[in-house]
Parts: sequence; structure tokens; C-alpha cells
Amino acid sequence: MDVLLSVFVEPFQEMLAFPDFFLQVIWEGFVAGVLYSLIALGFVLIYKASGVFNFAQGIMVVFAALVLVSLHEMGVPAWLAVVLSLGVMALLAVGIERMVLRKLVNQHDAILLMATIGLTLILKGVGQLFFGGEPKPMITEQLGLPTGSTDLEVFGGLVILQHIDVAATVIALLMVIALAVFFSKTRIGRALRAVADDHQAALSVGISLNQIWAIVWFASGIVALVTGIMWGARSEVSFALEIIALKALAVLILGGFTSIPGAIVGGLIIGIGEKMFEVYWGALLGSGVEAWFAYVLALIFLLFRPQGLFGERIIERV
Amino acid sequence: MKLKTLTLLSAGVLALGSWAPYAAAQDSMYMPSMTYRTGPFAGGGTPFADGYADYFNMLNERDGGINGVKIDVDECETAYNSQKGIECYEATKGNKPLAYSPLSTGITLALIPKAPVDEIPVFSMGYGLSAAADGEQFPWTFVYPASYWSQLSSILKYIDSQDGIEGKKIGFIYLDAGYGKEPIPLLDQLSESMGFEVAKFPVGVKEMQNQSSQWLNVRKERPDWMIMWGWGAMNPTAIKEAVKIRFPLDKFIGNWWAGSHADLNAVGEAGKGYLAANFSGIGQDFPAIQDVLTHVVDKGLSKVSSRDDVGNVLYNRGLFNAVILAEAVREAQAATGKSVITGADMRDGLEAINLTEARLTELGLPNFTGEVTGSCGDHEGNGPIFIQQWNGSDFERITDLIAPMTDIVRPMLEEAAATYVSDKPDWQPQACG
Repeated sequence: MDVLLSVFVEPFQEMLAFPDFFLQVIWEGFVAGVLYSLIALGFVLIYKASGVFNFAQGIMVVFAALVLVSLHEMGVPAWLAVVLSLGVMALLAVGIERMVLRKLVNQHDAILLMATIGLTLILKGVGQLFFGGEPKPMITEQLGLPTGSTDLEVFGGLVILQHIDVAATVIALLMVIALAVFFSKTRIGRALRAVADDHQAALSVGISLNQIWAIVWFASGIVALVTGIMWGARSEVSFALEIIALKALAVLILGGFTSIPGAIVGGLIIGIGEKMFEVYWGALLGSGVEAWFAYVLALIFLLFRPQGLFGERIIERV
Repeated sequence: MKLKTLTLLSAGVLALGSWAPYAAAQDSMYMPSMTYRTGPFAGGGTPFADGYADYFNMLNERDGGINGVKIDVDECETAYNSQKGIECYEATKGNKPLAYSPLSTGITLALIPKAPVDEIPVFSMGYGLSAAADGEQFPWTFVYPASYWSQLSSILKYIDSQDGIEGKKIGFIYLDAGYGKEPIPLLDQLSESMGFEVAKFPVGVKEMQNQSSQWLNVRKERPDWMIMWGWGAMNPTAIKEAVKIRFPLDKFIGNWWAGSHADLNAVGEAGKGYLAANFSGIGQDFPAIQDVLTHVVDKGLSKVSSRDDVGNVLYNRGLFNAVILAEAVREAQAATGKSVITGADMRDGLEAINLTEARLTELGLPNFTGEVTGSCGDHEGNGPIFIQQWNGSDFERITDLIAPMTDIVRPMLEEAAATYVSDKPDWQPQACG
């Protein structure tokens, strides 16, 4: 009986008794969800265009952020460092297309996945060679990103909004809008969608697969840089950031591997869900449930809706 | 084609050459250094490895080694990965190493059973298995200058000395791994005997940089003090989250792996007031460290990226690790009369450690740490700790040495040691009389 109470009654009583804290939990989950979505977005972009599950997305986040802070450490002004970092990510995209993807056209998906695992190891090694293994602080203030917080007095309590979290939300929103416009309104965007739908058909109407792949890897590099800045500001820029990308796997399973809205919605479901579960039900399971919540949720989705919320249902005839 | 074949053959020969077994020269002794300059914990591993190597190299440069025998420091990269650590051990144990400092609780636990078989002592300085403090049960493992349990008891004593601990709620945030869980049995026991409540907040390794849930729970639980058993990226993230929820940082104490410059540099001014335990001196104002600067760093023989890195918390801890090992070498040389000693001699040397303040001063490290005195039965040295505080840009020592609660901790350590060996029928303890 006590167990039933603590599962079905007490958490909701607590939410009602401390609505300000409940709002804080929702806000923290929302921010985490937005940041998960950003990582997942990088995966979706590449998967949509090339069918490659880019295992290197996590290390791309670290690499982009390390390039940025290291350039600034060398005395490059912050915004110029951003531009140069984007340049490095563009070179990386072209390099990956030329040296990896072009040579693996028409190979099995598993081979492409293995290639991105190899890419992860290369980026990790190159990153450590050039930038060292030590963590570096993100140049939050130099980039003009807001610091500090605002206290909202609600329901007689306090909800604390960190300005950097608000900025992350706004930037993520702008990025999603920009990507949506890019995909639907521009010539390259339409070509990209054509490639995503059918490589052969896209080739037959004169679309350059190589060009599209380079563009999409660069777009993913931009997303990686923004993600690295935001996660780095919350903690530090270190190789440990790579691990966070694993959470994006669960987001993708929830939202679907090919859907940008899916990445957003999936991220928010996992972000808010895991915070609520940890805070209100975590103690029943010994705390630390956040470490597995997303993956269990993803597993449930795999059982009942394997294509995710927004993914395309794949029917293979044999 | 011939050129290509020749190139391939040359590459093969070079590769084989790099795998050739280490040939120990008679005028040197082999001291392996398990490092993690790469991976998610490199921020802590790098300064530690630098301090460790630089001290031995300073002895080589300044004194021509220890009693005329140079120490050959050989790094093996583990990336803080237990499997790689064991590979390092297996690859180097044939080189007649004097001792291993695994620099990881996971690797330490794997090496403890191997140490008596291969007769190479394991020195896990202030980490690893707390129960290894019992020298009777663990003849080949040493945890000088204090075990995790002793450290926790000193931290609790500090809290008690501030505004009393009875009736208070202590939050314990920890890396959800063997290392983070290690002090929990003592914490639970002391909560009963000292009359405080404990709230635990585990942080998964994958969640190190994503701790808002844990800190929402801290806000909900409202502990009076927070203790952190963190490592790597977990530490700055936790401090930033504590700032976010307005938890007073002068009531937030990290253990000695959660209080380094690598942790606080990313937090900066916002981390002002944060406390941490430590057992090794901070800064460059020690004659021995000045010698390191003169004989190693200024000659370009160090891997430090900047001269300013010398003297930071983890650099000095790595250096102290080397100081204890060097002192054990001297003890072993004196006891055996040999200049080149073996791992077994080194074990005896470690047991004979007697780092008094007078000896530390002689070594150029006055007031660097508490006295460390080992024995057959005591492989911990009963070392005290001090508390340091972040002032926004550097750590400052704010307390005298705080001795551990030996009367409570020691029986628990002995009980844990007996439990560890109870299911190992072939385990060989030693009789200390």
C-alpha cells in the first residue's frame, strides 16, 4: 500500500504543494531537452541525406568547441574564432566527403557506421594532439552570451531562470527555424530532400551527391559548434562531453531518425521526462534513474513504434 | 613496387622495434607511470603525471638519481580505463618495476591480487581500496597517506568543528562508480554514531556534465552541508549547478579528487568559497619544487604546458606520490645495502616509510603535508588532511591538519579487510606481531 501511495499519490501531492519547484523541474527538463535535441539534430541531418548513422557526432561537438576555445586562447577575438571554427568544420566536412564517403558509396550501412567510428577515433586523436586533453572553460562572456539569472516569483516561491539557458533555448529555436527554411525554401535544401528520398533518382536528375554530402556534414558541423558552446557553458569543454551524445540515440529512437521535428519533440520528452522521473520517483529506485530512463523509454518505443513518433515506417518486401 | 615493398618492410621493422622488450640498464631502476593524459579525465590525469615524472627527473638531474641510481620513469597511457591499465601492467611487469601507482580505483582493484604473485607493490596514494590500509591482510598494497574512509572522517570532523554536525543533514553527491561509492559504508555508520542524516545523490558517469536533476533533488532535500566524491568533468559541473540553486559554496566540500585547479578554472570567480580536502601542499614555495623548476622545467625536460602549472594541486599531488616512492627506494637501499633494488625490497621500503616533518624539511618540502609513518600493519600512515578554499582564482589552505577518527575508522578498515580476504582461500596475509 505504501508503495502504491509513493508511486501514484505522493509525487502528485508534492507537485501541487510546491508548484514553484514543479515549474523549476519542468524548466530544467525543457532546457535539457532542447540541448538533447541540438545533438540529435546533427545526427538527423546526416542520416536524412546519406543514410549514415554518424557515430562521430559526439566528438564533432567536442572538436568544434575545442577549436573555438583554443583559437581564442591563441588571441583570436571571440567572434572571429567562431568564423574560423566554422571554416574548420567546413574543411572537415569536405575532407570527410572526399576521403571517407566518396570511397564508400553503395557500401552496406554497417560499413558506413564503422567508418564513422573510425572517424571518431581520428578526431579524438587529432583533437588531443593539437589541443591537449585538459578541459577548457567556454568563452561564454567573450561571445556575448548572457550570464547570471532572473528570479521569477510564482505561487509564493521562486523559479530561477539562468540567462544562458534562456539563450540556449532561443538559439536552438532559431536554428531549427533556419534549418526548416533551408530545407524547404532553398534549391540546395530541396536537392538535399531529393537525395534523402532516393539517391538514384536524385542522381538521375543531375544532383551532385558529393556536394550535398559535404553541405550536410557542414550543416551538422554548425549544429555541433552551437551544441558545444551551449554544453560547454554549462560545464566545461572536455572530451567527456562526447558521452552526452549517447543520450541523443534515445532521442532519435523516440523522434525518428529522419525527422527534424521528431528530434525536437523527442528531446523535449526525454528532457522533461527524465527530470520529473528523477525528482519525483527516483528515490523509490535508489536515485540515479536519469542514467537509464531515456534508454528504457527508447526501448519501449522500439517495441511498440520502432519508427519513432515522426519517422517513416519502413516496409521491406522480400 | 620495390620501393613500396621496401617502405612496408621498413615500417614493419620499426614497428617491431617499438615492441622490443624494455632493457633495464644496471645503473637505473624502472618506475612505471600509469597516466591518463587522454580521455574524459585527462584534466586531472595530466598535471598528476607531470608532477610525478618531474620529481623523479629532478632527482636524476640534480643528484644523479637516488644514491647514484637513476630512476627511469616510463609512462603507459590508460585513459582511466581499467582494461587498458591491466594491459599496461602486463606489458611492463617484466621490466623489473619497483612499484605501480595505478591512479585509478578500478585498476587498483584489479592489481591488488596480482601484486603478491608478481612481487610488485601497488601504491594507490589516497585512493583505491580503503581496506588495504590493513597491512597484515594486504602486505603488497599501500594507501599512504590516508584512505578514503579516513579522509571522510576528517571532513566530517571539520563540519562538526564549524557549527556542529548532530541533527544536521549532509548531502553526499558522488560519481556512481566504485570510487564514488567507496566511502558510503563509513558515512552510513558515522551518520548513526554522530547523529546526522544523509541524503545521497549519485551521478552516473554518462551524466557527469548533466547534473540538473541531482541538484533539483538537492534543492528539494535542503541539506545543511554537501560533500562531493567527484572526478573529472563532474566537479566543475556540480559546482556550477550548486551556484545555480544558490547552495552556499562555503558549505560544499569536495574530497581530494574534487578540489584541483583543473576543476575550478572552468568555474572561476563563480566558485569562490568552495571547499575541498587536500593532503599535499599548494604552490611553488617549496625548495624541492624550486629545484624541479630549475633542473627540469627550465631545461625543457618537463611536459607541463606552462611554468605556472607547476605547484597546482594535482601537480603537487603527483609530485608527492613520487616523493613517497623515492623515500621508499632509499629505505630499501639502506636496509638491503643494494643500490639496485627489487619490487620485494621496495615493498619493505614502503613499510619503513617515516616521513617526519624534519625529514620533509630535509627533502625540501617543509609544511607540505602531515607526517606519514608506515609499518607492517599500517599501510595508511594515519595521514591528516587540511581544508582548502577557492578564492576565485586559486586555492588557499584555511585549516591546520585535521587527523582522521582513527579509533572509529581503523576497526572498520580491519573488518572490511577481513571480509575481502574471507572468500580467498589462497590469500597470503602477513603476521606483524
